[in-house]
Amino acid sequence: MRPILALAAVLIPLLSAGLLSGQTRYVNLSFGSLFTAGGASVSGDNLLLLQGGAHDPRVNGFTVQNLELSLTGAIDPFFNGEVHLIFQINEEGESLLEVEEAFLTTRGLPGGLQLRAGTFFTGFGRLNPQHPHSWSYVDQPLVNAYLLGGDGLRGPGARLSWLTPLPWYSEVTAGLQNANGETMVSFLGEAAQRQFLGFRLHQREIDGIEDLLASGRWLNAVTVGDALSMNFGLSALRGPNRTGDTGRTSIAGVDLFAKWQPPENDNGWPFVTLQVEAMRREYYSPVLRLIYSEKTQVEWGFYGQTQWGFKRGWVLGARMDYLERFMHRLITSGTTKLPIPVSIQYRRRWATNLSFYPSEFSKARLQINMDDGEFLGKETVWGVWLQYEFLMGQHAGHKF
Amino acid sequence: MPGRSISIILVILCAAPLLGKDIRIVTTTSDLKSIVEAVGGDHVSVNSIANGKQDPHFIEARPSYMIQLRKADLFIRIGLELERGWESLVLEGSRNRKIQIGSAGHLDVSSNIERLEVPVGEISRAMGDVHPLGNPHYWLDPYNGRKIALTIANTLGAMDPENAADYAANAAAFSRQIDMAMFGIPADESMWQQQLSGELVPTEAGWHALMAPHRGKKVVTYHRSWTYFLRRFGLVSAGELESKPGIAPSPGHLKDLIESMNDSDVPVLIVASFKSNKAPDLVATKTGVKVVKVPYSTHGNAAADTYIAMIDQVVRQVAAAFNSSEGD
Repeated sequence: MRPILALAAVLIPLLSAGLLSGQTRYVNLSFGSLFTAGGASVSGDNLLLLQGGAHDPRVNGFTVQNLELSLTGAIDPFFNGEVHLIFQINEEGESLLEVEEAFLTTRGLPGGLQLRAGTFFTGFGRLNPQHPHSWSYVDQPLVNAYLLGGDGLRGPGARLSWLTPLPWYSEVTAGLQNANGETMVSFLGEAAQRQFLGFRLHQREIDGIEDLLASGRWLNAVTVGDALSMNFGLSALRGPNRTGDTGRTSIAGVDLFAKWQPPENDNGWPFVTLQVEAMRREYYSPVLRLIYSEKTQVEWGFYGQTQWGFKRGWVLGARMDYLERFMHRLITSGTTKLPIPVSIQYRRRWATNLSFYPSEFSKARLQINMDDGEFLGKETVWGVWLQYEFLMGQHAGHKF
Repeated sequence: MPGRSISIILVILCAAPLLGKDIRIVTTTSDLKSIVEAVGGDHVSVNSIANGKQDPHFIEARPSYMIQLRKADLFIRIGLELERGWESLVLEGSRNRKIQIGSAGHLDVSSNIERLEVPVGEISRAMGDVHPLGNPHYWLDPYNGRKIALTIANTLGAMDPENAADYAANAAAFSRQIDMAMFGIPADESMWQQQLSGELVPTEAGWHALMAPHRGKKVVTYHRSWTYFLRRFGLVSAGELESKPGIAPSPGHLKDLIESMNDSDVPVLIVASFKSNKAPDLVATKTGVKVVKVPYSTHGNAAADTYIAMIDQVVRQVAAAFNSSEGD
C-alpha cells in the first residue's frame, strides 16, 4: 500500500494543477478504470488456469481488472513523454502498483526516424502494445497470455523505428530490451518457474548484447477507397532463456487488422473490423536434447476476432482462440524426478460479446466464453462476464 | 572550407521545396482545402485529411494520413479542439518536424475568429462533450470563410514572400466572391456588421436576400454545430436532438423536445448529411418539422464542390424549407 499512498501524495496536486490550468498542456492526464463482474463454471486454481491474462477476471464475483493513470505531453521541443501507471487489486485482495510504461519519443529526428527509450511494451503484433481498456474483449487471447505473458511483454529498453519512403505506410522497427523481470515471459523472466523439465533454471547474468531481447517489426498499412483501411505486420523476437548459457527463445508473429468504416459515419458508427494474429515460439534448450531427439520445442497459437458496430454506441463481437502448447509431467523415480513424454495441450475458446458505449468515456460489455475444457478434464467450461469501464480526463486519441 | 559548403548545401536543401516548387499543404478539413486552393492558386498543392463526408471529430488516425503529412510544408487545422481526437497521433506518426504544433508549418486558423459558446465557469464531462475553447464549427458562417482566407494568405506570404502579393490578391478576390454571394453586390466590413445585427435591409440577391425574411425563426439541430450559421442569419436555436453534445439522442430527451417543439412553432430541423435519419425522422413525424439534410463540409455532396457552393447549398435548402413551411 505504501508506494500507492506516496504516489497519491505526489499526483493529487499534479492532477489538480493539470486539470485546472486550462490552456497550459504540460501534462495531459487521464484515469481509466476497468472492472468485471461474473463467473465461470470452474473456480479456484482451475479458473486461474482457464484465464491466463493478468488483467483477466480470475475469480468468480468481482474483479478490478485495471486502474490506469496516464500522463502524456511534450517534454520539450525535442521529446514527447508518456507514462502509464497501473493499480490493481489481485485475487487475494491486495493492492498492487506497477509501472506499465514510461518512455520518451523523439519529436523531430530526420529521415523518418523515431527513437523511443524508457520502459515500454515490446512492439510485437497488434494487441501486445495495446492497453487493456482499448481491447475489444474482457480477456486476453490465450496465445498472448501464454507466449507474451499475462501482463504483456514489456521492459526497459530502446527502439528505433523508420518510416520508409515507400509510397504506402511502411514502418520498420528494431529494439533492444532487458530480457529479465516478470513481464519477460518466454525469456529470462520465467518468473514462476524454478525448473524446466525437472532441471533447475539458471539465474542468467547479462554479459553482452546477446543476453538482451531483440525485437523487430515491419508494419504496412494501406487504405483502399474511402472506407477500408488495413494494417499488416510481421514481428520477431529473439532472446535468452534460463535453461543455460545457450538457451534461446525466438518468437515470430504475423498480424492483420482491417476496418471498414464508411466516411458518412455517425460518431464512428457503423463499422466492421477483422483482427487476426498468429504467433509461433521456438524454445531452444540444450536440456531438451537429454530427453528428446530435438533441442527445440515449437508451440504456436492464434486468435481471430471480428467486431461489428451496428448502431451508434453498440458493438457485437466474436472471437476464436487456439493454442497448442507442450505439457510436461514429472514422475518421481526413486530420488530423481523424470519428465514423462511430452503431451500436447490444445486450448480452444470461443467468445462473443456485446458492448455499449454511452459516450467515448464509458462502456459496458457482456461477454460469454466457451472453452474446450479437456485440459481440465471437463467437456466445456463456460464464463459469463460483465465488464464496465470509465475514463476520466484527457480525451483518448482515436488510434487506428 | 567543407563547413561552409555544407551550410550552403543545407540552405539550398531547406529552401528547395520553395524554389519553383509548390508549397505542399495538408488541411484537416475539405473546407480549408477549398479555401487554400482559392488563395494559393498555382503556387500550392493541397490535400485534405477529411473528405467532406465525414464528421471531422470522429476521424481515426489512419496510417495513410501520416503518409499524406510526411512531406507537407504546412499543416492547417480548424482548431478549438475539433481535431483533438486524432491530430497529435497523425502529426507524431508523420515524423515531419516542420508541421508539429509550435513549428512554423503548423497553422491554426481559429486565431482570428470571434469564438462563440466559450464556456464560462466550471465545465465538466457531465455536460457532454463541451469544447472548452468554444464552439469549433465556425466555418459555417461565410464571414469566417473570408477571415480564414486572410489568415492563410498571410501565412503563405510569410513562407513564400516572392508570391505574397498573389496570395493577398487571391484572398481579396475570394472575399469579394463571398461578398457577392452574400449580398449580390460588392460589400465591406460594415455591411457584414449591419447584416449581423439585423439592421441591413434585405438586398435584391444573395444569401442575405434569401434568409432575411426568416430572421427570428426557430430551428432545431441534431448536434450543436450550427451556432455560427444560425447567428449569422438571425435564426434562433430551439434545441438539439442530442440531449448533450456528443451524447446520442435518447427517447426521453426526444419526447421532451417533441413536446416543446409542438408548443412553440419550430419549422426547420437542420441535420448534417452524415448523421443518422432515425431520430430526425421520428421528430418530423411527431411535429411536422421540415428536416433539412445538408452538407456541413465542402464535398459533403457532389454539388457542394467548393466552400462557397457548400454554404450556398445550406442557405438555399434552409430557406426553401422555411418557405415551404409557410405554405403548409
